[in-house]
Amino acid sequence: MEILAKVHAKNLIEWARHRPEVLVMSADLTSSTEIDLFRDTYPDRFLSMGIAEQNMLSFAGGMAREGFIPLIHTFAVFIYRRAYDQIAMSVSYPNLPVKMFGFLPGITTPGGATHQAVEDIAVMRALPNMTILECGDATDVESVLDVAHSVNGPVYVRMLRGEIPRLFDKSAVMKLGQARTISKGQDLTVLSTGICTEEAMRAIEALKKQGLSVQHMHITTLKPFHDANVLEAIAQSRYGVITMENHSIIGGLGSIIAEQMAEAGIGKKLVRIGLRDTYAHGASRPFLMKEYGLDAMALITQTEKLTGYQFNVSEADLAQIYLEPVHSDAKAEAL
Amino acid sequence: MMKQDQKAQLDWQEQVRRTAKGIRRRVLEHTVNSNGGYLSQACSAAEIFAALYLKLMALGPVEAPIIPPPFAGVPGPDNSGSFTGAAFHGPQAPHYDRFILSPAQYALVLYAALEEVGRMAPEGLRQFNQDGGTVEMIGAEHSPGMEVMTGSLGQGLSQAAGIAMARKLKGDTGKVWVFMSDGEFQSGQNWEAIQAMAHHRLDNMWLIVDMNGQQCDGEICSVMTIEPFDKRLEAFGARVFRLDGHDVEALAAAAAQQPDGRPTVILADTNPCQGLDLLAARAPKLHYVRFTSSEERLQYQKAIEIFDHKE
Repeated sequence: MEILAKVHAKNLIEWARHRPEVLVMSADLTSSTEIDLFRDTYPDRFLSMGIAEQNMLSFAGGMAREGFIPLIHTFAVFIYRRAYDQIAMSVSYPNLPVKMFGFLPGITTPGGATHQAVEDIAVMRALPNMTILECGDATDVESVLDVAHSVNGPVYVRMLRGEIPRLFDKSAVMKLGQARTISKGQDLTVLSTGICTEEAMRAIEALKKQGLSVQHMHITTLKPFHDANVLEAIAQSRYGVITMENHSIIGGLGSIIAEQMAEAGIGKKLVRIGLRDTYAHGASRPFLMKEYGLDAMALITQTEKLTGYQFNVSEADLAQIYLEPVHSDAKAEAL
Repeated sequence: MMKQDQKAQLDWQEQVRRTAKGIRRRVLEHTVNSNGGYLSQACSAAEIFAALYLKLMALGPVEAPIIPPPFAGVPGPDNSGSFTGAAFHGPQAPHYDRFILSPAQYALVLYAALEEVGRMAPEGLRQFNQDGGTVEMIGAEHSPGMEVMTGSLGQGLSQAAGIAMARKLKGDTGKVWVFMSDGEFQSGQNWEAIQAMAHHRLDNMWLIVDMNGQQCDGEICSVMTIEPFDKRLEAFGARVFRLDGHDVEALAAAAAQQPDGRPTVILADTNPCQGLDLLAARAPKLHYVRFTSSEERLQYQKAIEIFDHKE
């Protein structure tokens, strides 16, 4: 598997080159959100806003009203938790093209509860006019700017940084409102988002070898959600559907699919893999994924429960999970 | 390290200075061993932490240096086992002071200080950022010496003000000390807190701000200036002392002032490379140190040895 470093940092420079209306705003996490190269390349389009996110979001609303497209960059928690009212009234209500890039989604950081965005989809989804996207690999990160830009209104992106696997071919870009189908099958549908997709791919490879036929789809547009292909896959699945997300099971992908299934009258079982209504704590990503049951093994276990079959898949059978070194050159600090 | 009885024979100024040096040494050693760390914060704030624990704060004793317990889950109705790190500050009582660390990225410095003053066992720092432990990189309320969640900057001071208000209503005589960084005053919530502290006359609140002029993106003046900081604070109703943060006698003299109805803010001007000159080569990016080459790491390794020989 190809691993790429600082994907967003490089991509943003090219993408913004001929878009002079695009500004980047930073809240003292410039290197940590990979916008240092942008700052150095286009200093006139980089705004340092300090550790003051509430002001930054309303300020961005003001600039967007004047025709600029502000790209907000900071850790996800500091966007939606610190400045929720400001987003609601200064950005979302007037449907302004402020694009918010929230880094460190879920348990991707050892920074602990203060740095882990575990309910961002739930709260941002409740805002009218808001579009929500989530990246799961390097191709997503490279193409999310186009998708966010194409939306007439505010967009919140769950973003990845540092070393990122390329799960999808470079040409298979993210498309608004369309899930990517990774494998086709009729026994079970697995819907995954973000970093859980890589985990699901490992588990599903093992399950397929045991004879299970799995429809695996990678979801990148969480709101608005109108993907008929996803509902069709669920309706055709023999045992039902498992959602897998790096987020609380309340309000995220699992809830979205539950609503969609109920409204469409699809009477299948739904299993939600995610944080089970809890905050997390500071520890390494593999440790937390295991502790909270978000990894490949968790999908095996839940599949066994749902289908009633034992698949005899061990940790060793699952391909070696890529461990991101805590002190990687691709990240500015060890958060 | 000196034996405790030797230490007792020194005057308090010398004890504070030696403890500050010990804090720097511990953080430097940790940074070298783990190839990264919040090192400049130890250089700037070592005297402040040493003075707080040895001279400024009235804390209850701990019976023996505490080994940090493993993580026991987040607080909740079904978890009776969750705890805070307040035990490292001894028993709470009306006449004792309380301590709140606002910039949680200073946790490494706090841990080094707790170890240096005999409140945390040496095992503690070795558990730093270890899976399943509580000695977290960004201190959480279960981490040694922490008692509230402050890693989302701006919330520490308001929580401390709530504690101070409650203590005032209860008639407690102890102070509430808050260690702060200068950069976090860009956050509006801190000004809302100062406003409330002045309005409610919380003169039991004592803030020390490590004025090292640095934040994650670089020098504060280049990111978002907070000056004239002292005048802003005074205009908000605080009593302000601005002094040299490496001058332990000046710190003690300010802390000895009688309360006058206003919250007190001690602005401690510091050097982010104090006691470790080679750090200056990394300016203006001093927020987090990660070595870029094995040669650089070796330089810092050698600095530990110099620390041990320099008296």
